[in-house]
Amino acid sequence: MMGVLDRTGTILRRTAIQVLPTMVGIIILCFFLLQLVPGDVADVLAGESGSATAETMAALRARIGLDQPVLTQLVTYLTNLAQLDLGRSARFNLPVTQLIAERLPGTLLLMLSALSMALVFGVLFGWIMAVFAGRWPDRLLQVLVLVFYSTPGFWIGLMAIVLFSVKLGWLPSNGSMTVGVTLSGWDLIADRAKYLLLPSLAMASFFIAVYARLTRAAMLEVQGQDFMRTAAAKGLHPAVIQFRHALRNALIPVTTMVGLHLGNLLGGAVVVETVYGWPGMGRLALEAVLGRDFNLLLGVLLLSSLLVIVTNAAIDLLHGWLDPRIEAH
Amino acid sequence: MTAAHLPTTRRGLIGGFAGLAATSGAASAQSVPPPRRGGTMTIMFPSEPPVLVSLVSSNSLTVSAKVTEGLLWYDNDMVAHPQLAREWEVSPDGLTYVFKLREGVKWHDGRDFTSEDVAASLAILKQSHPRGRSTFAHLTRVETPDPHTVILKLGTPVPYLIRAFAAAETPIVPKHIYDGTDPFTNRNGYAPVGTGPFRFKEWVRGSHIIYERNPEYWDQPRPYLDQLVVKFIPDAAARSAALESGEVDLGYRTPVALNDVERLRTAGNLVFETKGYEYSNNVVSVNFNLDNPHFAKLPVRQAIAHALNMPVICRTIYYNTYTPCASPIAPFLTEYHDLSPSPYAFDIARAERLLDEAGYPRGANRIRLRTMMEANPTVDEIRRLCDFTRAALSRIGIAVEVRTADFGSYAKRVYTDRDFDLTASTMSNLFDPTVGVQRLYWSKNYIPGVPFSNATHYSNPRVDALLEGTAVEVDPVKRKAMFKEFQEIVMREIPDVNIGVPRWYTIHNRRALGHSVTADGIEGSFSHAYIAG
Repeated sequence: MMGVLDRTGTILRRTAIQVLPTMVGIIILCFFLLQLVPGDVADVLAGESGSATAETMAALRARIGLDQPVLTQLVTYLTNLAQLDLGRSARFNLPVTQLIAERLPGTLLLMLSALSMALVFGVLFGWIMAVFAGRWPDRLLQVLVLVFYSTPGFWIGLMAIVLFSVKLGWLPSNGSMTVGVTLSGWDLIADRAKYLLLPSLAMASFFIAVYARLTRAAMLEVQGQDFMRTAAAKGLHPAVIQFRHALRNALIPVTTMVGLHLGNLLGGAVVVETVYGWPGMGRLALEAVLGRDFNLLLGVLLLSSLLVIVTNAAIDLLHGWLDPRIEAH
Repeated sequence: MTAAHLPTTRRGLIGGFAGLAATSGAASAQSVPPPRRGGTMTIMFPSEPPVLVSLVSSNSLTVSAKVTEGLLWYDNDMVAHPQLAREWEVSPDGLTYVFKLREGVKWHDGRDFTSEDVAASLAILKQSHPRGRSTFAHLTRVETPDPHTVILKLGTPVPYLIRAFAAAETPIVPKHIYDGTDPFTNRNGYAPVGTGPFRFKEWVRGSHIIYERNPEYWDQPRPYLDQLVVKFIPDAAARSAALESGEVDLGYRTPVALNDVERLRTAGNLVFETKGYEYSNNVVSVNFNLDNPHFAKLPVRQAIAHALNMPVICRTIYYNTYTPCASPIAPFLTEYHDLSPSPYAFDIARAERLLDEAGYPRGANRIRLRTMMEANPTVDEIRRLCDFTRAALSRIGIAVEVRTADFGSYAKRVYTDRDFDLTASTMSNLFDPTVGVQRLYWSKNYIPGVPFSNATHYSNPRVDALLEGTAVEVDPVKRKAMFKEFQEIVMREIPDVNIGVPRWYTIHNRRALGHSVTADGIEGSFSHAYIAG
């Protein structure tokens, strides 16, 4: 018991030590990278409005602080950040924290839902394929997994829209909720779930394939291990053997990959959020890049990096639970 | 009222005359169901504006007029009608405008609407609106002798001013909310209070806006709709799906991929409407950087104009949804548009001869000249137009390299760094050539660093004189003659080769009606819009 607490403590301590330098590093790196991007928010806003004058653009730059030297801008940003102030979005004229807070729940919901879908179906498919290795359920699922693996998620998403929204009319094609009606209780959950299903599938499809193949390989490897024979010799029920002994050991490579994939999921969210009109952080980040709204972009990057660091710490903890032999170093 | 000012080609106007019937009460409405009270209409736009009132920026044109009204509205023939102004009068010298305001109009927060609100709004527009600064540059004084009279005094006549009072162009906002605040950060931009047919209810950024019926609207029994939902759908394929599945009732400016248009025509539940675009008239063109020594030579520009086949471009790149147009003034602006064709018809042999004579013989790999074309990334078809130009010019020995970046980079390269040889753009004429066309050809509007100024660096003293003349000429006949001469010159000197004008479609569900009855169409107030039973 003590060991578990020690390990948890070590992981949390290590994360806490890493998080600050990582995030400051990301901020400084991104800040300078963004300086290389041609054009600024004044160019974009003036272009959108179509009839700006030199005076309006100068006034806009002065209002945002773009007329200051680059290093002054960085120091101002970091000073504000130290006071937990992410600044104001130049485009929306609103605090960055407010804009992100509006989008964060949507992104987390979509990510968690996609991740759960990827894990549940990936592991399930992998397990079935391993149990029926070489027989027709295995072959059939292998084809499906190959399709998921080789087709871009947004295409699967679009085809799902054509089938389920346009042709069958079962699921909504766009948005995150039915707009303009007031729902509560189960109706509310059912409504949200309906909108969540297709984007989650589009985001999860690739990862379902990856996890299915990983699980299948790991399960097949575990099946030949001595402890499996021992468990069978003890007279354990085959289901118990598969769940307690085989699956638990086969999950280690899957969970490792999940940790790595979280960053990808955040990146892939941009495409899926665009196709499905989902109000998440991915689109916010994309719009911030296109609009040269750098305060907003830095805020999103900061939060995303924090999210990845925290979930990786959670994965480390999960590993320790799955296989106590894995120590936190 | 007739639709005589529309271009003669009117393909695809299937039963879309609901608008006409609603404004004119014409008997042509036999197939159009009468307005009906109630229901929700869901409309969509590709991108979300940063604020909801187009007071200090004009990128919220799409939604502003639903809540915030103007003094006037314009019908599909650009004839002005009273909105917040009950009646108006312009003095013969064009220097005094008297507006009598509607009485008993209330802001959505219950306060009375008065002439003070108009004066305050005009002051903010003149100070901070990117276009208002020039539209109202000659506005010297605003008088409010009583709560329902506004008098505008101008220093110089502004012949197009009477067309500038549409809701989204010159929005009238509540003085009591803006008093003593910074209009750029004022809360009214995010939760607008207006006098319009709809009250703002909620804005979920990245998703939608909900407007609800203003029960105390001055123009009873309008609005007909109980609720208006605005959705933002950034993906073109997703917009097609939303229209087809009926989740969205309407999208404007041909909201789908152009190669999807013909397929959607057969979908059955959708109608293609071409009205409601009279207030914004775009012209697509290929633009030269005249600071480039090659394009400074007229014969080289002429050769390129001869090499571009406008009808083919309109047919292929634009799937027949554009019509060729050689003039920088769009045909919708009927009183000014010059119908004469380009002096440079499609003629490859002539183009080759011009280049030979200009001293550009075919060299290695049969190439005469290498150039770089910058594609404006905001419109998909512009990229394809650039690809077409590359192919067309390769036939006359000009090798074009097409460069694409995002909009910020594009604006910087073309307008600040001037790092381009050719570019292609789609520019709005807006409601008058002085507002939308002058900026592109007036030498005094060559302002490096300002997007959509005079990008070509065209400079011709006669054109400057004509443009400055039309900006103050109140006699319509003289003004028309000046614009005619202006068009003749720029069509001959071609600082840019005009390609065509869009025939935009508002694609809407068969049951969603009454939305395209004004010149600003989908950007209008939607007070006449209804869901048929």
